[in-house]
Amino acid sequence: MDALTSEDGRWVAGPGPGATGPAAHAASLAARDSYGRLLALLSASASDLASAEDALADAFERALRTWPAHGVPGNPDAWLLTVARNRLRDHWKSAQTQRVFPLDAEQDAPAHIDDLDVDAIPDRRLELMLVCAHPAIERAVHTPLMLNTVLGFTAEQVGQAFSVPTSTMATRLVRAKKRIKAARIPFRIPGRGDLPARMTAVLEAVYGAYVIDWATTGPQARQLPPEALHLAEVLTRLAPDDPEAHGLAALVQLSAARAPARADANGRFVPLADQDPSLWDPRLIDRAHEHLRAAHARGQLGRFQLEAAIQAVHCARRQAGTTDWPALLTLHRLLHAIAPSLGSGVALAAVTAEVEGPAAGLATLDALLQDAGQHARRFQPARATRAHLLDQLGRSEEAVAAYDSAIDLTHDTAERQYLQHRRDRANRCSQRC
Amino acid sequence: MRYALLMHYREPAEGEISEDAIAEAMEAFGAYGRALEQAGVLLSADVLQPTAATTTVTRREGGVLRVQDGPFAETKEALAGVFVLDVPDLDAAIGWAEKCPGAQWGVIEVRPTATAFVDGRWTR
Repeated sequence: MDALTSEDGRWVAGPGPGATGPAAHAASLAARDSYGRLLALLSASASDLASAEDALADAFERALRTWPAHGVPGNPDAWLLTVARNRLRDHWKSAQTQRVFPLDAEQDAPAHIDDLDVDAIPDRRLELMLVCAHPAIERAVHTPLMLNTVLGFTAEQVGQAFSVPTSTMATRLVRAKKRIKAARIPFRIPGRGDLPARMTAVLEAVYGAYVIDWATTGPQARQLPPEALHLAEVLTRLAPDDPEAHGLAALVQLSAARAPARADANGRFVPLADQDPSLWDPRLIDRAHEHLRAAHARGQLGRFQLEAAIQAVHCARRQAGTTDWPALLTLHRLLHAIAPSLGSGVALAAVTAEVEGPAAGLATLDALLQDAGQHARRFQPARATRAHLLDQLGRSEEAVAAYDSAIDLTHDTAERQYLQHRRDRANRCSQRC
Repeated sequence: MRYALLMHYREPAEGEISEDAIAEAMEAFGAYGRALEQAGVLLSADVLQPTAATTTVTRREGGVLRVQDGPFAETKEALAGVFVLDVPDLDAAIGWAEKCPGAQWGVIEVRPTATAFVDGRWTR
């Protein structure tokens, strides 16, 4: 299925034109919202995503043929849903296909466009997201499947984001969809007992659209279109009472808010401490704070809320002019206690160094690396942080070696240049001293 | 929809498991079978003899009949039992699989049925 965009109220099937500006951006998001909603509705009764995609693609094609001549219908979504449902019904009735699942009276009754109120139909995208992150689906496919079905990204776009050839990504997506249908993974909100674990999988899959899994894939620049930010926002609307969904949205937005300051005019990497806060996006920061307030109101702390709170403290430098390091240390300690990971440990070491000095930071880091063992060796942030701390302590020779090992693991050009610059400076110092 | 719950576990050696443990497992399987029956989802349940008692039959190679003793593949863990259930979807099947006593010491493979012979014909 190609990406869908909406231009001047007209639906366009095919890769987006890459239009810029807030209006075009809003239109593109609305198109992706519609796509995900329609696909979830069409695939829910039979757990059949592939047939639903085909039917929806047919409906879009027909829209492109008929709307220019007859005008855009009053409710384009209702029109598309009706046409796609009729397509699905034809498909089910055809000789090749025999039904192995019961008819759903509400879903499958003949529908007429006029009496179809799309807004009255429940939004089933949360069920779709739960299916994408189902334990019976391979973990590595959760995020790609979500981007493909909920937001309508093509296999090519998702493949680019995960540094995988289009054909490989397409095969993975097709295999996952076949599995969902064959094993009958239900489009249903699980019971109270299973829900927390299943929502965690959904949150992690959404998070997976923004973070780089250093340990397994190595750092690569994500080429995900900016609409991917929208996935976290959608989840907060589908699960408004889940504080972690709000925490995740805040985290993603605060991180995205700083993107314009991450590279200087020459494309060189600028670390957080040296970034110019006036370049941070105040609109995204405000939106993130709304989510943090919504999360806080639920009174239940979690990993994503803590990570977002940490980002919020960093972003507060925009107003305060300084960074509240003791507050950060408290938050990092909490985070590392409730959700320990290599990443949270390295961050804790870096903040410890800010508050208690580089020697204390290095001790924290080395203790962590010793506990983590072999698989921590390829963790670039640990290597880079260790180099900085040795550098600060004036242990220049060790710092040069540490910078070298960090550089070997850094694929991002801007960040590699930055580390090389720091290494050369440490090298000059070690020769002078 | 029909699902087979396939129990796999390492076959214990003769006398490896105490009488008490066997009695305890039988009691657990009894309770499990009754729960499946009461829920109205059980189609069949068979716990199998050890692979020492199995015979493999094939005409796969050139149509020649081969009957041989032992399982078709020697593995550490063997198929030990089959429950066939009729439940709405995978989540329901997983829900029953995790309650299966065999999950305590082995693994349960949950496999949807492609077709089943019911009332004189294969279902579609």
